[in-house]
Amino acid sequence: MRKRFKSLFGLVLAVLCLTMVLTGCDGQGGANNKEEKVKVGFVYIGSAEDKGYTYAHDQGRLYLQEKLGDKVEILYQENVSDADNSSVAVMQSLIDQGCTIIFANSYGYMDYMHDIAQDYPDVTFLHCSGSKSADNMLNYFGRIYQPRYLSGIVAGMKTETNKIGYVAAYPIPEVVRGINAFTLGVRSVNPDATVEVVWTSTWYDPATEKQAAIALLDNNCDVIAQHQDTTGPQQAAESRGKWSIGYNCDTSEVAAKSYMTAPVWNWGPYYAEQVQKVIDGTWKPENYWGGMEDGIVALAPLTANAPEGAQEKVDEMTAKIMSGEFKVFQGPIKDQSGNIRVPEGTELTDEEMLSIDWFVEGVVGTISSD
Amino acid sequence: MTNTLDFFVLFLKSAVVAGTPLLFAIIGAIYNEKAGNLNLGIEGMMLLGAVAGFQAALSTQNPLASLLSACVFGALGALIYAFLTVTLRTNQVVTGLALTIFGSGMARFWGQNVMGQVLSESFSRYFRPLSFPFLAKIPILGPILSVFLEQDLFVYFGYAIAILSGIYLYNTRWGLNLRAVGGNTAAADASGINITLYKYVHILMGGALCGLGGAYLSVVFVPSWQENITAGRGWIAVALVIFTSWNPYKALWGALLFGGLDIVGFRIQSLNIPVNQYFLRMLPYLATLMVIIIGSIRKSSKHNPPKDLGNAYFREER
Repeated sequence: MRKRFKSLFGLVLAVLCLTMVLTGCDGQGGANNKEEKVKVGFVYIGSAEDKGYTYAHDQGRLYLQEKLGDKVEILYQENVSDADNSSVAVMQSLIDQGCTIIFANSYGYMDYMHDIAQDYPDVTFLHCSGSKSADNMLNYFGRIYQPRYLSGIVAGMKTETNKIGYVAAYPIPEVVRGINAFTLGVRSVNPDATVEVVWTSTWYDPATEKQAAIALLDNNCDVIAQHQDTTGPQQAAESRGKWSIGYNCDTSEVAAKSYMTAPVWNWGPYYAEQVQKVIDGTWKPENYWGGMEDGIVALAPLTANAPEGAQEKVDEMTAKIMSGEFKVFQGPIKDQSGNIRVPEGTELTDEEMLSIDWFVEGVVGTISSD
Repeated sequence: MTNTLDFFVLFLKSAVVAGTPLLFAIIGAIYNEKAGNLNLGIEGMMLLGAVAGFQAALSTQNPLASLLSACVFGALGALIYAFLTVTLRTNQVVTGLALTIFGSGMARFWGQNVMGQVLSESFSRYFRPLSFPFLAKIPILGPILSVFLEQDLFVYFGYAIAILSGIYLYNTRWGLNLRAVGGNTAAADASGINITLYKYVHILMGGALCGLGGAYLSVVFVPSWQENITAGRGWIAVALVIFTSWNPYKALWGALLFGGLDIVGFRIQSLNIPVNQYFLRMLPYLATLMVIIIGSIRKSSKHNPPKDLGNAYFREER
């Protein structure tokens, strides 16, 4: 009896394998027949539903699909770790499934993608938030520090204790730059306020990030800003009846009583533009760091929690940033010890911003080295 | 910061909160291990409880339904483990690891449609910290008591579970039998204790408690569903069982200590004392290592693990 069961099982397995092989071939043949449909693959660090960083990218994917419609077919893979080489297998599999354009949205994928790009010269690779490029690979990011500066204005006008808490992730230039821009915004309207930084060493751990925010609230901060991908810090502010600034996307529904605004991403137009360029054959590996003037980053609408007069001030500075009349990192800027780091009449170059490792005056906190 | 006492009181209050999910998980793990089963699926059962509790809270708006659902789904995870390790006698380590992987995957799948959603204020009202203004008037003792008393009801539930578990283990016949099952399964069997029943019941109870520990994070503390909300706390609980020498009373201190270690870094940073952030995040894990080392040095048999921990029991193989 047992033996017969075994052979039956083997037969079923064989049939299953055969069907898979056959349907596999069929699928490929079908794809080849429908000419000109470009397959695009996305590699996500988080879940598309995280209401945070990856959610913002996924909104971009949806925009791309809507904009280019029948011309593209999009595949995506969520929760791909960037702490090890698991992205390699994912990118490989997307290419095997016919993708000729690959987007990947986390810093840690960069080196793996750069290696794979050598092996597949016909595939176009677009990597978010890094620096390496190749003939068929570019890096793209947004100047999120610009809306962060604007959110600092809102926080600076709101605070009554003149202490603003900032829940920060890791001491990398992207985060340091954000804290600096935020603080410059705060101090532009409230020179007495300080921004107190607490590091969590997490991107995505709501309970830990909430605890970090509670430590800041216990220390008398009354506005909480953040650089993680969960709403933990905003929940902390909400539970204490204080105020919060979000990140990544509009979270007014999540923390209705505390949320004032957030620096947000708008990837869609860039994705549509790049894919269209690949289709047209005009794509070039030019690294991209777009700002508010390109629409890739923005400040979310202010809610009723925002202080009076903030809207006018934000509008004024938005116009100046868009026109290029004002640069966030233009001199004079002092560092924490009061030394002038950016003299009047000059501004930080992109290279200096991308490697920034010092805090501006008004930040209370230290940057750990690795 | 007005004064040092305030600083410590606020810190300890948060430490109790941070320790509460650990407390439930530790006691859950103690039940497993007292029954002779090393369960590495704590993290998985916590996540199952977290998502089940959150889903129930969202759909029924009833705190009891939410806690019950967390218990049931934590116990269901444990049931898989119990069936495999007790009835089929599979390797406990591998089965536990599989349960963690299953639990986190299942939680991710089940929670997908409610990602980022927040529980309503009318629900969160049930778990608002109590306040006793008169405590502030008592010098010294008042603030210390307020650390433990000005907490939400779930935390009180945790105290009760710890104390009741202690009484159960050390002052009842069932507790004695349970300790015999984990200590020397063959002898317990010979004395007429129903080994399979004891193992099943306590593994399931442990799973229910782990589920509650997870639900504390998703339903009370955060209170919003985000993937992998336990973020490794289940693993810390596994090590903390050793620290508490399988004693539910000591679990109270273990949970408070590790809750404190988890968040002390933020307090140090908010005082603007320059300490490397990576070192601060390392503290709970460093302390876990220390605990295991110290635990292995102590020679007293009081601190030994149950003797038959981790062994599958075959009646015929005596």
